[in-house]
Amino acid sequence: MDEHFLLAVLTLDATLRVATPLILCAMAGLISERSGIIDISLEGKMLGAAFAAAAVAHVSGSEWVGLLAAVLTGAMLSLVHGFACITHNGSQVVSGVAVNILMSGLTVTLGIAWFAQGGQTPGLGEAERFRPLLWPGTEALREVPVLGTLYRELLSGHNLLVYVALAAVPLVWWGLYRTRFGLRLRAVGENPEAVDTAGISVAWLRYRAVLLAGLLAGIAGAYLSTAQNGAFVRDMTAGQGYIALAAMIFGKWRPVPALGACLLFGFLDALAVRLQGVALPGVGEIPVQFIQALPYVLTVVLLAGFMGRAVAPKAIGIPYVKER
Amino acid sequence: MARGEAAPAWVGHVLVPLVNLALAFLVSGLIVLAIGEDPLEAVVILVRGAVGFEEAIGYTLYYATNIMFAGLAVAVAFHAGLFNIGGEGQAYIGGLGVGVALLAFDAHLPLPILLLISILASAAFGAAWAWIPGYLQARRGSHVVITTIMFNFIAFALMNYLLVNVLIQPGQMSPQSREFEPVAWLPFAHEALGWFGIQVTRSPLNLSLLWALACCLLVWLLIWRTRWGYRIRVVGGNEPAARYAGIDPAKVVIATMCVSGALAGFVGLNEIMGVQHRLLLNFTAGYGFVGIAAALMGRNHPLGIILASLLFGALYQGGAELAFEMPRITRELVVVIQGLVILFSGALEHMLRPRIEAMFRRPAPAGGEG
Repeated sequence: MDEHFLLAVLTLDATLRVATPLILCAMAGLISERSGIIDISLEGKMLGAAFAAAAVAHVSGSEWVGLLAAVLTGAMLSLVHGFACITHNGSQVVSGVAVNILMSGLTVTLGIAWFAQGGQTPGLGEAERFRPLLWPGTEALREVPVLGTLYRELLSGHNLLVYVALAAVPLVWWGLYRTRFGLRLRAVGENPEAVDTAGISVAWLRYRAVLLAGLLAGIAGAYLSTAQNGAFVRDMTAGQGYIALAAMIFGKWRPVPALGACLLFGFLDALAVRLQGVALPGVGEIPVQFIQALPYVLTVVLLAGFMGRAVAPKAIGIPYVKER
Repeated sequence: MARGEAAPAWVGHVLVPLVNLALAFLVSGLIVLAIGEDPLEAVVILVRGAVGFEEAIGYTLYYATNIMFAGLAVAVAFHAGLFNIGGEGQAYIGGLGVGVALLAFDAHLPLPILLLISILASAAFGAAWAWIPGYLQARRGSHVVITTIMFNFIAFALMNYLLVNVLIQPGQMSPQSREFEPVAWLPFAHEALGWFGIQVTRSPLNLSLLWALACCLLVWLLIWRTRWGYRIRVVGGNEPAARYAGIDPAKVVIATMCVSGALAGFVGLNEIMGVQHRLLLNFTAGYGFVGIAAALMGRNHPLGIILASLLFGALYQGGAELAFEMPRITRELVVVIQGLVILFSGALEHMLRPRIEAMFRRPAPAGGEG
């Protein structure tokens, strides 16, 4: 039992580590999309931020300066996105694609020009990364049978950004549902005319929403390159921005269900690694590609209305043009 | 356009796209400058690398072939108001169709019949992969953008599975199928030209280019010269109006996605039957996304897409040379340019268009505002 228990706890621990960037990005997408701005550029923002974090952390020697650079990069890309689709009523999807492609090229271009390591950034030393935080009492509880293991592996021992991601969920929930800003933000995603009629600037609200999204996606990027890993590697986001998008939709554009979806997708990923080459009784070996595709398949099935209805904010994707 | 008359057509169709393109290149030039290389020198190397010698021209046209297929796919969907981001996945699955067909028949049939089967197989597989998102949008209300993104990833997982577990050549380590019999290889351009006594350097350019040009013509006929195309444009322009006119938008959406997917599938024809001669991983190499840039830059018109494809083909080939000659610059610079083109020609298309068109608006008749 002990061995299985430890395996289960370690799988959950891996789940949390995989889910962290997903959670941050899903919250980012959620804020943006609830304001009516489609955000398929999560992938690009996270990638750009991951590069900025690792590059700046390497040069400055501080993971905090790296994080700042990541957040600024995310915010700047959000401004580009906002400039195109809020100020100039451009297509939000096209703008998002542009950011994604731009970042997949620019990170490698700059990486090679600056560091000449095939698009990677130099490896970060221990002091330049976000390291695991050991909670007080971990050692004291080591001998306690079940709780000790749970405490040591699951609660304690993550880096700061994991806890930031977990804290972001209730914060976003509170901001969306319990503040005036959140009420207006949701309103502008459903019925911008009404918000405009009330004398509130639709554009300014949406700009703030995409900026917040950029900030969160920036933290996700910093997590990838300065916490989970110790360098930037080309295309290191590897589609996680899209998985986060899927998780956000899977959670029907609501923070807590989106968190659930991120954890589910993270769990599937952790499981896929562990099930590789393992024959399950009765089923045989499950192809790892099947588990990898599962988040996407589930999202398609959900969107098609076969598992309850996922309804997007009403005004999503439609540029707001004031009537003249 | 409330005041005065419309600007001449060439302003909207030629000048504005060129200005947007110039902006994209300007920003790219600044990036090159920031890297510490000379942008003008880079342009010279790029152009020489793209069209300066026979082999380069062959490569440029070979890249352009893929981009043309992918661009047409995006454009056809755009005309129906759909944004098909799934070209990458549809191309991948289209290539699967070609591969499976050739693996099955290459020992038994002559080239013309194999070619016909391959065209049909790539079209059918690509169309099928686009049909599902089309159907889901038309009948179940899920958005084609999200579904096609998801289908790209599902296609990657599927191909990964098939190549690693099913189609892999027995006794081999890398996930590839066996090589097709040489009879099933689409002739290269240097071979085809050789039949007429014209000697050119080897390159991956093959007869798919002719099929791509034919597809451009077919798409033009479909969109602007058939009842079907008219329906597509009406649905894309104004769906309620289409409904009033007795057009079933759902049917049009599904059919358009199938055509779009079939066109994307032809990337697989060029790559699998024309160049690689075996089924392998990741042969689509991002062409589905270049297609988006090409369609936006070419304003969804086949002629524009041909020009845009040639430009991007030249950038891909020239970019390889550039990376060779300027060690601080990599091929990814082309991806940056591609992103900037999508940004300026696509997302920011409303930024300059009204202003430029206003400059060229014919003066209103006397008595109008000055």
